[in-house]
Amino acid sequence: MTNLEKYVKAFTDSFEISEDQVSALEYQSIVQWDSVGHMSLIAAIEDAFGIMMDTDDIIDFSSFEKGKEILKKYNVVIE
Amino acid sequence: MLSGKVALVTGCNRGIGKSILEKFAENGAVVYANARSVGCLDDIAQELSQKYSTKIIPVYFDVTNNSAIKGCFEKIRNEENRLDILVNNAGIMKDALIGMIDQKLMHDVFNTNVYSVINITQYAVKFMRRQKSGSIINIASIVGMEGSPGQVIYSASKGAVIALTKSLSKELGVYGIRVNAIAPGMIDTDLIKPIGSARIDENIKKVVMGRLGKPSEIADAALFLASDMSSFISGQILVVDGNTII
Ligand SMILES: NC(=O)c1ccc[n+]([C@@H]2O[C@H](COP(=O)([O-])OP(=O)(O)OC[C@H]3O[C@@H](n4cnc5c(N)ncnc54)[C@H](OP(=O)(O)O)[C@@H]3O)[C@@H](O)[C@H]2O)c1
Repeated sequence: MTNLEKYVKAFTDSFEISEDQVSALEYQSIVQWDSVGHMSLIAAIEDAFGIMMDTDDIIDFSSFEKGKEILKKYNVVIE
Repeated sequence: MLSGKVALVTGCNRGIGKSILEKFAENGAVVYANARSVGCLDDIAQELSQKYSTKIIPVYFDVTNNSAIKGCFEKIRNEENRLDILVNNAGIMKDALIGMIDQKLMHDVFNTNVYSVINITQYAVKFMRRQKSGSIINIASIVGMEGSPGQVIYSASKGAVIALTKSLSKELGVYGIRVNAIAPGMIDTDLIKPIGSARIDENIKKVVMGRLGKPSEIADAALFLASDMSSFISGQILVVDGNTII
């Protein structure tokens, strides 16, 4: 699995949505991505990449695109 | 009672934390034992590991250092990848009368007794939420419930611990995570020594059982809350004070 595939899967599994829905996603743009859903998403991403994100990054993780940028800090490149 | 469980206990090198470490080891837990002075737990960790055929792993960091906290949890993830029990025990007591409370005192006490508890818990919950189980035990104090003259800041910090324990238990119960606090009365450790023996004797008169508590008596309560014996208990403040009337 590529990093992009793992990243997309974290969203589709956490929010039970299809792959074509993920790229435009922003925090609270769908009912599933509320604060509780956010914690599930972060857990799924941490598991997928074997990382432990800092609280500030968890708070800043506001969209599918922003998440890619944040993950670079953890040496996870999503292309 | 704790066989197969992985625990993290803060402030293990003396007092109540040391007793909790010994009790958890005796009951078969793998314990990540925290202290801030590097090397100070090496001997006891080896001794307890051998004596009880378990693993006691010293983790040296100051609980007010967030990046060091993260390092500890990365180690736990790499080695065990689970955490069943967290005991937020490390704490300091600094007293001052109102009018003589400076910023540093406020900052130090809240940083150690409150903010570190929140920071450490945030990392612990990452494991526990995933596992859908866990027991978090915060060491509060009866002065956080009842107040005490000269202890505005310390009692406020322990009151905060009680409030955050109750809120966390409500937030995390859906994930099967239990959160409780122990509120000790006067326990015979270094913490109360600065009060002086005359005041300690005076305070003992307020204890119906007529004595100081032993660290092992707090450890017994921690063992109960950590184990499956308390599997339906959450959001509680367990007072262990020999019935103290303050
Ligand atoms: N004894 C009592 O009567 C009593 C009553 C109610 C509540 N409590 C609470 O019980 C807990 C344990 O107290 P105790 O009586 O065992 O006191 P203690 O004998 O003074 O031990 C305190 C422990 O906390 C550690 N600690 C303090 N600041 C730390 C930091 N920044 N980072 C890492 N470790 C730190 C100390 O390590 P160092 O050795 O490095 O200082 C020590 O191991 C505290 O939360 C206290 O408020 C005690």
